[in-house]
Amino acid sequence: MKNRFLLAGLTSVAVIAGCETMMAPVPTEQETLAVIRAGFQDRGIAKVDRLNQSDLQATCSKYHNNPPNGVRQQLEKAALATVRYPTDGRWLGDFKTGERIAQTGVGMQWSDTAATVNGGNCYACHQISKEEIAYGNIGPSLYNYGKVRGTSEQTLTYTWSKIWNTHSYNACSQMPRFGDAGILTEQQIKDVMALLLDPNSPVNK
Amino acid sequence: MIRLRAAGALLALACGSAFAQSQSNTMDEIARYRQMLQDGNPAELLVVRGEELWKTKRGPNNVSLEQCDLGLGAGVVKGAYARLPRYFADADQVLDFEGRLVYCMVSLQGFKREDVVKNPYSGTAQRQTDIESITTYVVEQSRGMKIDVPQDHPKEKAAFERGKYLFYMRGGPYDFACSTCHGLDNQRIRLQDLPNFEKTEAAQRAFAQWPAYRVSQGALRTMQWRINDCFRQQRFPEPIFISQATIDLITYLGARASGGTMESPSIKR
Repeated sequence: MKNRFLLAGLTSVAVIAGCETMMAPVPTEQETLAVIRAGFQDRGIAKVDRLNQSDLQATCSKYHNNPPNGVRQQLEKAALATVRYPTDGRWLGDFKTGERIAQTGVGMQWSDTAATVNGGNCYACHQISKEEIAYGNIGPSLYNYGKVRGTSEQTLTYTWSKIWNTHSYNACSQMPRFGDAGILTEQQIKDVMALLLDPNSPVNK
Repeated sequence: MIRLRAAGALLALACGSAFAQSQSNTMDEIARYRQMLQDGNPAELLVVRGEELWKTKRGPNNVSLEQCDLGLGAGVVKGAYARLPRYFADADQVLDFEGRLVYCMVSLQGFKREDVVKNPYSGTAQRQTDIESITTYVVEQSRGMKIDVPQDHPKEKAAFERGKYLFYMRGGPYDFACSTCHGLDNQRIRLQDLPNFEKTEAAQRAFAQWPAYRVSQGALRTMQWRINDCFRQQRFPEPIFISQATIDLITYLGARASGGTMESPSIKR
């Protein structure tokens, strides 16, 4: 008897909780994600599976890009472990090609195709050479990057890692993972490296 | 040595300021160009066409949209856009303007939903769609009015929360979220200023100016289009026209912008 009352009590609690959920102003994460998934469709190369977040994407979203220290260190460690360094030991390609890559913003949009050669779109966010005045400011200025830092092994390794997977040194950096996400090829990254570090690059004049 | 260093620092300072000077001149020129654009907005022609479409008997039911309730009562257009998105009891859903327009075209005029939502945006050098034209007319009727996106009904609050979640949601191969570009002060992509939606004033200014006539595309672009093209550049899949997710995001932006003054249709680069 007592049990039946308890059961009845539990059921009504559950019903009330159910109504509460329905009316709650704050939807659960699961409900929110279901609405978001239902709100997007495949178009060209941009498929809905792009909404499936990686651990890093989910964590940085959750903390609005400002994770607590322990989490930050874990993300950076995991990111650094993804970096693949140049297979032939050569760090710098051609800075003129690097400039073209830095200028180009196409790739991986639904308006592009799988055959589109991706750009780095570096100027969208960074000042790089002095000649290009149409640069954005979401990232720091890279003008005189190599002139200031030189080309020590440490600088080369750091810069490569930063381009390959930016989260290696800044857990929730806003920059894309140009190597890790397959946006730029190894050769393209070498060319961008040359733009930044070659003493003859206009960036270092 | 010290003197040399001092000279170097001076030189660097001089170069830096000359550079800053040329940068600031460029920005001035762009501001002047934007100012010049304000004389004569082609969107005015669309207002006329949109009003005609609104008032003409159309669709299988052969009725006009004049009985469409945009939230302020059937037939009230004045000020309606500035108070959307909002919850509508008849649809039991939060709808933005474009969502509400489709609702009325289907429920009042008897159009088929799949036909209405098929091509909401005009292509290059194409005639503007009916949705674009009517949107231009209706938003013009809110010019100068205060943005007041309601947050009273539980579903309006839920829409805001989901929209906020989507605003900060990083995804896709570039790891971008809306907040990547619109979460910090004074940010630019190339020379394009980016409003920071975390700041009330910037959110108000940005929200107030959409829909807008885009000079570079020679077309009026709606808020749904604005969201769509952001997600393209964000490398996300395509947001479905007037899906709940897009309405949620517009609800978040609109509620953040409440208190601002509508200036749409504006004219942009």
